[in-house]
Amino acid sequence: MKRLLVGLAAAALAATMGTALAQDKKTIGVSIPAADHGWTAGVVYHAERVAKKLMEEHPNLNVIVKTSPDPASQANAVQDLETQGIDALVILPTDPDPLVNAIKEVKAKGKFVALVDRAPSNNDDSVRDLYVAGNNPALGEVAGKYIAATTPNAEVVIIRGLPIPIDQQRQDGFDKGISGSSVKVLDRQYGNWSRDDAFKVMQDYLTKYPKIDVVWAQDDDMVVGVLEAIQQAKRTDIQYVVGGAGSKDMIKKVADGDKMVPVDVLYPPAMVGTAMELTAAGLIDQVPVNGTYILDATLVTKDNAEQFYFPDSPF
Amino acid sequence: MTDTTTTKASARSFWRDVDLRAVAPFVALFLLLVLGSFAHDNFLTTNNLLNVMTRSAYIAIIAVGATFVISAGGLDLSVGAMVAFVASLAIMFMNAGSIASPLGMVLAAMAVMVLIGMACGLVNGLITTIGKIEPFITTLGMMGVYRGLTTWLSQGGAITLRNADVQATYRPVYFESLLGIPYPVWAIFITGAIAAFVLYRTSFGRHVIAVGSNEDVARYSGISVERVRTLTYVIQGLCVAIACLIYIPRLSSTTATTGMMWELQAITAVVVGGTALRGGVGRIWGTICGAFILEIVGNVMLLSNVISEYLLGAIQGAIIIIAMLVQRSLVRKS
Repeated sequence: MKRLLVGLAAAALAATMGTALAQDKKTIGVSIPAADHGWTAGVVYHAERVAKKLMEEHPNLNVIVKTSPDPASQANAVQDLETQGIDALVILPTDPDPLVNAIKEVKAKGKFVALVDRAPSNNDDSVRDLYVAGNNPALGEVAGKYIAATTPNAEVVIIRGLPIPIDQQRQDGFDKGISGSSVKVLDRQYGNWSRDDAFKVMQDYLTKYPKIDVVWAQDDDMVVGVLEAIQQAKRTDIQYVVGGAGSKDMIKKVADGDKMVPVDVLYPPAMVGTAMELTAAGLIDQVPVNGTYILDATLVTKDNAEQFYFPDSPF
Repeated sequence: MTDTTTTKASARSFWRDVDLRAVAPFVALFLLLVLGSFAHDNFLTTNNLLNVMTRSAYIAIIAVGATFVISAGGLDLSVGAMVAFVASLAIMFMNAGSIASPLGMVLAAMAVMVLIGMACGLVNGLITTIGKIEPFITTLGMMGVYRGLTTWLSQGGAITLRNADVQATYRPVYFESLLGIPYPVWAIFITGAIAAFVLYRTSFGRHVIAVGSNEDVARYSGISVERVRTLTYVIQGLCVAIACLIYIPRLSSTTATTGMMWELQAITAVVVGGTALRGGVGRIWGTICGAFILEIVGNVMLLSNVISEYLLGAIQGAIIIIAMLVQRSLVRKS
């Protein structure tokens, strides 16, 4: 038995060495926004985590992660990566349209390009080979459906993000999710994805409406401010608050069975890792990965929360 | 008959004595309160008004400091980022947990905040005066430095006060009240009273105004312009620290975006309050009134049902400009 095990191990070792020798050294360049708020901080954390893991698993793979604060410096970073000799580029653009040409240049040189989350206006295979993104309409829809199913006659107040397209997509998704139910939206106001602004908006909602059943804040950072405002007003009519994204603090609350935060809807910064894994699989294992890959806006509940909890992440 | 004439005359002289420019912000505030009472039935409730005053505390207190800087002819754009930086360091200090008693920890953190805030202000002041760099550029640069350091400290995420005991000890500072008035509102008026005393009743205060009205004349009359200017930035730093003292207990955390754009709100409060941006005039109570006006405009907008959420920014801007026009017309009549 022991001999068999040793033999197997040796064979496995030989097999890995064989494949390793058969391959050339491959390099993946990863270009992401610098950590300037919670979500991008999560992107940086997961990019670095997955890069380390990929390099451990594949000794012949080199992964370079570069962060940039704005489109101009990201365009330079992409050029620098290209000069260093990469085989594939994984990019989460700070702003996709100004970066389209820089990305196309890399693609024109025959490199594999994986685009993450933010798509330019023409998001076709002339720009990228692989597209990985979260699902903004679904983030709203999943939240809407959950509220319609849990509290069918709820009166809901909504705190929006900033007036940009993804915020509108989330709102439209939410309306779709509650359509056909008797859930009533009392108000929608912008909280700018900021804790402080969400606190103010929630305080004013509490003044304005004597009875609120559910708050949909669609972002975990804003939920922090919402919860403080409710606690200060000592109001007991609010049954629960639904956020979104999947920050570690909110996932923890869900896992602990907090009554005010029973669920969260995922828009995971770890999606950059999905793109890196797929890119590595395409480069090394030569499996087909080209295409569009839209992650579900998974509903995080007490039962599956553990799976999405990263205590070391800054987000 | 004679009596009425004398009363009329004395009334007239009373109105001549009152500086309408100083009264104007309060008139604007009053008009806004009337407008608000139409927006929603709950607007004039004590609860709502105390909420609004309480959350205007940050901008009001920072703006009191800005009144000193601006009336001495300076400008500080770094205050918003400074709030984030000072509050983040204080939370990290409390998380380090070197002091066992929660109360001791909170008091120590408060002292740390005051020291760091004043040190930040001193840096701004020295670069402006000794370095002889335009305050706009100095503080724009320092805004980047403080903001960048905060982002670095938080790794872009949030810095949260982790010790539940410390949090429970500190939380009442924002949420509890004394004699029915929340502590942050006390903080506004106490800071305002001290600032008003310093600006109107001390020689330092008169030097601030002198330096702001005419730097050369102030220098020839023997005032150390550099010293006075530097001290105004230190006062600004102290005010930022006081704002941090009441900022941390609210959400017990800071993020890389904490205090974003607060510098512009503070400067707006100062100007709406009747202080001239070119320097030489400083109105502490007007500034505080200006901060209330800014916060109430937002509150009224949100409580009213008629205004689309897409138009909030436009209407806020318009109301501020109208408030300024009301002031100007009052001043012209005098």
